[in-house]
Amino acid sequence: MSFLSRYIFSTNHKTIGIQYFVLALTAALLGTALSVLMRLHLTYPEAKIRLFEILWPNAAAGGVMTPELYLSLMTMHGTIMVFFVLTTVPQGGFGNFFLPLQIGAEDMAFPRINMLSFWATALAFLVLCSAFVVEGGAPLAGWTAYPPLSAVGSIAGPGMGKGMTLWVVSIALFCAASLMGAINFITTILEMRTRGMSLFRMPLTCWAWLVTALISLFAFAVLFAAGILLLLDREAGTSFFLPAGLVINDRILDRKGGSPLLWQHLFWFFGHPEVYIAILPGMGVVSTVLSVFSRKPVFGYRAMVWAMLAIGFLGFLVWGHHMFISGMSPYSSLAFSVLTLAIGVPSAVKTFNWLGTILGGRLHLETAMLWALAFVSVFVTGGLSGIALGQPALDMYFHDTYFVVGHFHIIMGVAAVFSILAGTFYWWPKMTGRMLSETLGRVHFYVTFLGVYAVFIPMHFAGIVGNPRRYSDFGQFEFLKDVQGLHKFITHAAFLTAAVQLLFIFNLIWSLYRGKKAGDNPWNATTLEWLPPSHQPHIVVRGAYDYSVPGARRDFLMQNESNGQ
Amino acid sequence: MNVAAAGARRRASFTGLYAFFATMIMFFGAFTSAMVVRRGASKDWQGVPTPNLLWINTGVLALSSVVAERARRDLQNGNRRLFNTLWAAATVLGACFVAGQIIVWRDLQQAGVYINSHSGGAFFYVGTVAHAAHLAGGWIAMVYLLVRAFSLQLGPGRRTAVDITTLYWHFLGVLWLYLLWLFWFWGNWE
Ligand code: HEM
Ligand SMILES: [Cu+2]
Repeated sequence: MSFLSRYIFSTNHKTIGIQYFVLALTAALLGTALSVLMRLHLTYPEAKIRLFEILWPNAAAGGVMTPELYLSLMTMHGTIMVFFVLTTVPQGGFGNFFLPLQIGAEDMAFPRINMLSFWATALAFLVLCSAFVVEGGAPLAGWTAYPPLSAVGSIAGPGMGKGMTLWVVSIALFCAASLMGAINFITTILEMRTRGMSLFRMPLTCWAWLVTALISLFAFAVLFAAGILLLLDREAGTSFFLPAGLVINDRILDRKGGSPLLWQHLFWFFGHPEVYIAILPGMGVVSTVLSVFSRKPVFGYRAMVWAMLAIGFLGFLVWGHHMFISGMSPYSSLAFSVLTLAIGVPSAVKTFNWLGTILGGRLHLETAMLWALAFVSVFVTGGLSGIALGQPALDMYFHDTYFVVGHFHIIMGVAAVFSILAGTFYWWPKMTGRMLSETLGRVHFYVTFLGVYAVFIPMHFAGIVGNPRRYSDFGQFEFLKDVQGLHKFITHAAFLTAAVQLLFIFNLIWSLYRGKKAGDNPWNATTLEWLPPSHQPHIVVRGAYDYSVPGARRDFLMQNESNGQ
Repeated sequence: MNVAAAGARRRASFTGLYAFFATMIMFFGAFTSAMVVRRGASKDWQGVPTPNLLWINTGVLALSSVVAERARRDLQNGNRRLFNTLWAAATVLGACFVAGQIIVWRDLQQAGVYINSHSGGAFFYVGTVAHAAHLAGGWIAMVYLLVRAFSLQLGPGRRTAVDITTLYWHFLGVLWLYLLWLFWFWGNWE
């Protein structure tokens, strides 16, 4: 095998999993760097900062960011984080590496399509990043790219020309890649399980990957269609999203008949399921990690499965809660609100089952377990602010304030990242043969855990005061004078939290060379990925969480192990 | 490959195809809902004229499906010579359909139906081009299998490929009927 076919254009699921992981790690570093620059500008909007000028000689001439530059950083931050980190690692990274191992398949069902979907994702990332360097720079429209401004070209501002086009192309590519990935996951799970691995014996991670793939299959197709229409509005002069009589920058546009709200419907029909695409795989990881490190079976395994299916299904019926203030009829609002709050039920089922899993267990507080526990914490915190936002009457006020920013960072950003970190600490020994340092891991954990709360809880307060989101400077508003101090605090906490991530990166690199060698099954876990590699297919005889089975010879029974007395 | 593994591969191919159908349905569903909203949102809806050629194209595509299906059954019955001929015919008919569509697009533009100035036309072009693009994928698979068939390399493993391609081809036919209904009937219905 040549170098190319082994490491670059490989069809091996483990290689592809690592490729996704590395791609997403790169994206995460870039996204974090952008957020630090944004906080710096927000807190010191008038300061002359040399670094800005070096990076953007025009848009930050004299070291002060233009509002447009700020918005472009925000757009790129959100897009990179949502698509190339949260949608990429949990499914593309961990899923590719571990799904075939966990269900005892040799590889994914369609290895070549798998390779293609990775490279399409990588290309999408390059296309997105190239928006930074084209004329006008990166787009300003946020990760939601609302028309009309996203559909009319550079008249809407720098970055809304070439940069915005690149954004749409990148997202379309990403959709195509995700669809290929989803088809692969669904087929692999339904058709490639080894003997004895019935659906209800699968680890919850596999269930989570299945539900996520189903959601992706339906949601990304819709975003793909919407993206094509947006691209045509931009490049072919159509008016899918552009109404008549639009005046932008003192010019009347000669489009007519379209509806900007149509984009919002299509986008959020994708967008809300997307938040579950980001978090469901994490729920699978957390369920497993909690069980392994409590030495207890997952509490209510079947309920966990049904809850995931319910969340996946209901997730398609609630997109309107992002549009409460769009002028929809109050009856629609009410329907969307009730359905939205209904998702709280399966979410609560999962939360109580997690608590039930650890209750009375023999807890081993390794770093992986700490991250899993922290996931439960932030999931509850973010869910509570969600319940506030899910009421139209409250959302009228909270919409487009920092309350929403606080909500989705805690529940989507932070929760998903915590589950990724739980997965990394849990699976790293399998991926690399080495253990991560527990000492470094703990320091990183405690600082990050407190850090994210310090960053995102105050944002809720700023939102309650009425602080709008997507503004580059709050200094000019009298009513926001009182939250300036809060913002300064947030920024300092953000710097600290971002800085401590370097410790994590260091831990990864350090462990590759110096980490303790891991045995085959360092955590005494039950699932098939922890068996030594073998050429015989494994035959599964039991479920995935047989810990502390009464009468068994040790406190766990692997899935292919008959009750070895 | 042993028999069980071959069976698993075959099932996997079908499952993958069904999943692909699901995304296509969502894609064209999103497209349809955009059309419904667009039509309801403003008073400037224009239906697209349906030139006669469109009906001929429909016939050609349907015929192509029927012939492909016959070919598939002949292969199953071990009648390879007949398969080769019929599969070649289905492939040529598929190409004729696309060629016919290109002429339809050209004629409509000559009649003043442009993508950027005609509300129904914009959807017509997007829908029919998206359909043709999906069709092109299936057509490439047909050509590939044809080359294999003529170089006598159509082993049992490729039977699945023939079955899958034929099924996909039928699906595109049904999708075409749906689009035709959407543009011709719904789009022009007062
Ligand atoms: C019971 C649970 C939840 C409820 C009731 C809820 C409710 C809401 C509502 C009503 C909004 C719209 C706020 C506005 O724009 O005015 C919102 C925004 C958001 N939510 Fe949730 N949510 C819940 C869980 C989640 C979860 C689990 C995630 C992700 C994993 C998530 C991610 C987001 C994101 C990303 C946004 C903001 C999107 C944007 O405007 O940029 N939410 N949520
Ligand atoms: Cu939502």
